[in-house]
Amino acid sequence: MSIFKWKTDEFSWVDFTIDVLRVLIVLGVVVGAWNTLSSGRISFAQWVNLFAAGLSQGSIYALIALGYTLVYGILLMINFAHGEVFMAGAFSTVFLAEALNRTGFLNEQPLLAILLMILFAGLVSMTVAILLERVAYRPLRGSPRLVPLITAIGASFFLQYTFRGLYGSGFKAYPQVKILQGVISIGDINIPIVQIFVFCSALILMLGLYWLVERTRIGKAMRAVSENKEVARLMGIDIDWVIMFTFGVGGFLAGSAGVINGMFRPQGVNFFMGFIPGIKAFTAAVLGGIGNIPGAMLGGLFLGVIEAIGPNLVLAGLGIPGANQLKDVIAFTMLVLVLIFRPQGILGERLSEQKA
Amino acid sequence: MDLIWTQTSRRVLVYGLLAGAFILFIGAVGMIAAFHEREVVDRFISLGQLMLMLAPFVTAYYVAGQVAERDQDRPLALVSGVLIGLLTTVPTVILLLFNSDQYRFLLDLTLRLTPFVAATITAWRMHRAGAEAQTALGAWLAIVLLVGIVTFSFALIFEIKGNLRSVLVNINREWVAVVTFDNRGDLMRGLGALALVSTVSGFAGSILYLLPAVPRRALIYGLGVTALIGAFGETARLILQENVDRDTLREIFRRDTLRQNAALALFIISTAAGFLWARYGGQARARFGSLESAQRRAINIIGLVLFVVIMLMLPWLIGRTLSDVAVTIGIFVLMGLGLNIAIGLAGLLDLGYLTNYAVGAYILAVLTSIGPLGLFKGTFTFWMVIPLALLAAMFAGFVFAVPVLRMRGDYLAIATLGFGEIIGKLAISDWLKPLIGGAQGVQAIPKPIFFGTELKNPEQLYYIVLVASLVTLFVSIRLNNSRTGRQWMAIREDEDVATAMGIDTARAKLLAFTLSAATGGVAGAIFAAKVGTVFPNSFTVFISINVLSLIIVGGIASNPGIVVGAIVLIGMPELLREFSEFRFLLYGALLILMMIKRPQGLIPSKIVTHETRSGVKPKLATAE
Amino acid sequence: MARKGKVGETRILESVGMTKRFEGLVAVDSLDFHIPDGAIASIIGPNGAGKTTFFNCITGFYEIDEGEILFDGARINGRSPDQIARAGISRTYQNIRLFNNMSAIENIMVGQEPHLKSSWIGAIFGSPSTRQEDALTEERASELLHFVGLEGKGDMLSKNLSYGDQRRLEIGRALASQPKLILLDEPTAGMNPRETIETTAFIRRLRDEIGITIVLIEHDMRVVMDISEHITVLDYGRKIAEGLPADIQTNLDVIEAYLGRGAAASLEN
Repeated sequence: MSIFKWKTDEFSWVDFTIDVLRVLIVLGVVVGAWNTLSSGRISFAQWVNLFAAGLSQGSIYALIALGYTLVYGILLMINFAHGEVFMAGAFSTVFLAEALNRTGFLNEQPLLAILLMILFAGLVSMTVAILLERVAYRPLRGSPRLVPLITAIGASFFLQYTFRGLYGSGFKAYPQVKILQGVISIGDINIPIVQIFVFCSALILMLGLYWLVERTRIGKAMRAVSENKEVARLMGIDIDWVIMFTFGVGGFLAGSAGVINGMFRPQGVNFFMGFIPGIKAFTAAVLGGIGNIPGAMLGGLFLGVIEAIGPNLVLAGLGIPGANQLKDVIAFTMLVLVLIFRPQGILGERLSEQKA
Repeated sequence: MDLIWTQTSRRVLVYGLLAGAFILFIGAVGMIAAFHEREVVDRFISLGQLMLMLAPFVTAYYVAGQVAERDQDRPLALVSGVLIGLLTTVPTVILLLFNSDQYRFLLDLTLRLTPFVAATITAWRMHRAGAEAQTALGAWLAIVLLVGIVTFSFALIFEIKGNLRSVLVNINREWVAVVTFDNRGDLMRGLGALALVSTVSGFAGSILYLLPAVPRRALIYGLGVTALIGAFGETARLILQENVDRDTLREIFRRDTLRQNAALALFIISTAAGFLWARYGGQARARFGSLESAQRRAINIIGLVLFVVIMLMLPWLIGRTLSDVAVTIGIFVLMGLGLNIAIGLAGLLDLGYLTNYAVGAYILAVLTSIGPLGLFKGTFTFWMVIPLALLAAMFAGFVFAVPVLRMRGDYLAIATLGFGEIIGKLAISDWLKPLIGGAQGVQAIPKPIFFGTELKNPEQLYYIVLVASLVTLFVSIRLNNSRTGRQWMAIREDEDVATAMGIDTARAKLLAFTLSAATGGVAGAIFAAKVGTVFPNSFTVFISINVLSLIIVGGIASNPGIVVGAIVLIGMPELLREFSEFRFLLYGALLILMMIKRPQGLIPSKIVTHETRSGVKPKLATAE
Repeated sequence: MARKGKVGETRILESVGMTKRFEGLVAVDSLDFHIPDGAIASIIGPNGAGKTTFFNCITGFYEIDEGEILFDGARINGRSPDQIARAGISRTYQNIRLFNNMSAIENIMVGQEPHLKSSWIGAIFGSPSTRQEDALTEERASELLHFVGLEGKGDMLSKNLSYGDQRRLEIGRALASQPKLILLDEPTAGMNPRETIETTAFIRRLRDEIGITIVLIEHDMRVVMDISEHITVLDYGRKIAEGLPADIQTNLDVIEAYLGRGAAASLEN
């Protein structure tokens, strides 16, 4: 769009630089993709596998992203510590998982056990999120926008090191659940069952949230508060309660994402595990248009897929060694690019002018 | 009933339990046990024990003040002190009981009962508030279920794991030993000891409040100084070691700990000094205030000269180990002053400051290293590269700033954070390994050589940092009071209006990012030269958070604040090694606390005075 | 500043077919208007008539979708707000927008921005020209503080000033750029009758002593009728009337816009 500004008498060098950046990125992506595809190093089945893995990872991002989006929708603040809320649930539940595994219940009644773990993690994270709101954010409502952000950064590190102190600094791995091992094969395509499990459970949770927001009274109150707090107050809605509830719901989703993530990624959990997924989930929320619930879900899936495919497709095609190491770089580049080019997100309806 | 359940008793209960929760928290994250390693006074009290006593002491002091002022009841204030002391122990006592073999059934019982108790209380309150019976019952069921899931899970975990320690790693033998005052074998005796110490501390706190002003201030001063010097005993010994002969030193310290006699002497001296100051300090200040302005200026100049001399002599005064700490502090002062241009002056929350630090460090490393990755193998010296590091960091700041110029506030913060993470990942990647060594980093960076002397000791590097900091300070003060500074502040306050005033905000913001990056580059280069190697692990988001924290805690946009912030936040973890594990816990808590209670920081920035200084006689006509 | 006191024949500000849309809503609808040089002109209209949008378009905060804005004969639409400010238009805001954590005098010093030339390099090295400019900036700021009646309050943070002082400081800041045209958005909002009279007198003095053109948005009809020499009436983004206060007072379209059709009809009878 801005490239057409050349014809007006004003030339903006900022716009120009951003346009150059845009062209370079498109060029890089096209050349990289072309090189990879024409070399045929990766077969179709491998692409499908990457895609499926990306979707599963993405659905975890989506669950976390919902927390960012819900809170942003209501308070217009970035709950930077949301990644730590995710960590709190995941890290606490690893002990429950171990206990359930020790008794054998985990493999006898896997669904029930996982359900219990998800509920437990969700409730722990919910508690953390509600405490966070109550202690750190509520006193700051109505202050300049950077103040709650700095508080949130503080809260993020405070929570990380609290849990490090409580549970120790080492990695702990979730026990393996037998029925989630193995793959489903269709021709050359092998999809691990655990990926299907991750995707489906995330989908169920998201549908649950959608039902909550669209069909229940508290959901209606949440939407009212996000539209206009003053009017909602006049209508007799208890704003504090709605905000607390919103943090709670976001926390619950993050905590359950923690358990799902634990099933999915064998490398284990520790106190710092929430930081990077937190930023990525924020990216997903912005991608989908922050404040927009379906947007966060799509943004998460999209980011997961890009992250899985991008290094192999683009970076490897550009001849960069160890491309898969740079997965995070792809994600963070996405973050920066979205903020530069499309801060209102893919489905963004809210805020473009005043907040971006 | 109403006689007991007053506002005062409620306050005592709440504050007492809060102090107790605090004690439990620092115990559960491992602080108390870690701090027990450090003795404040030899064979008398450790830092961990001091914290156990300090919490009820300070809380009781505060609450006694409220009780005494509000209720005008001094005996009640004393009682409140005792109660606070007792209440403070409650959470810890409960956890100790849960943790013991004998009373573990209490834990099981609590976990079983909690859902029902919580649900019943909530439902009862809803009922009293006028909710329908059906709603209250629904709430009861929901809470029983939800809380029940959590408590059931916890019960299961503890049942299977067998003890609390396997989950909460710091509820361990060391912790039990500290909080029971070494009565681990006999729990009841331990609890008694804890209750006694805590109650006495609370009582002492409330007594202290009720003392007349002069002795009270003297005592606070004496206790504070003794505790501080005791806690930083190692630092104190390192300083004294440079200036005092060994035998005297042995009189005062046993290893790094104050001896009891020395502590007592210190306490008496500092209390006496505090007494004199409390008694006559006001007069002295008044006399200083009534001096002729010329005399006052003379005294100020003497103070300034003294300060400069101390700064110049510092390495000799404090010795090698502490000089090393001073260099680290200086590097962070440098970064703090730089980042303050972006955050404090222009209001641009830059969370990617580590980029500039990394660029400076790697530029120096690659250009001067005599190892395999060095590009020129010693052709370039430290002094030649410092300007290059500065320019490279400025360039990096410029390049990363252009795309984010259009962003505001929180989006800008997250975008810069993203840049920082990208740089961190790239530094460790295989892609750039041939250039900057991947995870192994760049080694064999020579020390700076100054007219033939190799500056290999921290005492010598200190001067480089000092000069760099002073230059930065000078530049930042100059800019602060200039047109550019006012442009930045206007953008910080209201970017739209700043534009409407005719400020080219894109340009001004770009300048802020670029100049702020410059000192980051220099700091990185000095760091690289100091350490001699550059690893990607040194360049994580923690660097940015460190710098942000010291700015916020010291006082945003306040240069003295940044220096103090760096000394406290960077110096303390270096000097109190037990502490360094908990530094980010403290930073996080401080950031939250500062934003809520004191957003202007410890040392708020001063307003530049114009009107009173300029002495312009206003004319009636307007500008022509 | 030679243009003292007299309303010129030339048009300092003029628009042709100016249109601004927000997602389907037409906030300003092909507006043709002009402001005579040296006048005190008012923009009036019911709530939501597009008055503040009109200011935002002129000052470059909104890019207009169609039409042209001419200032002193030159086209200014398409320029950025800072360039328009440099061209000689400054403004105040309906809800005062001072630089809160800067002192009063610093606010005015920032206002002088369009005339300042010193660079950051000069500031670091303390070059003579920079020092000179700083001193001059400060001196002018003191004079302006005096002019708006805030002498002695220059070193107070602007957020600590009283409401009336903040209004005056905002005008002072707008004057600091020595504009040819100043846009005042509801300068008497929230003031009591005495303050309103003072402010009205102040605005008149502004024009008479400095000779700049003033455009105000105002709700208080007494103020408008008292000091305006030219009135433009907007309703739903369109100009419905324009002229001298006396003409506007009797204009039926205006009465209808303000009071509804019935009122206009009953007046007609």
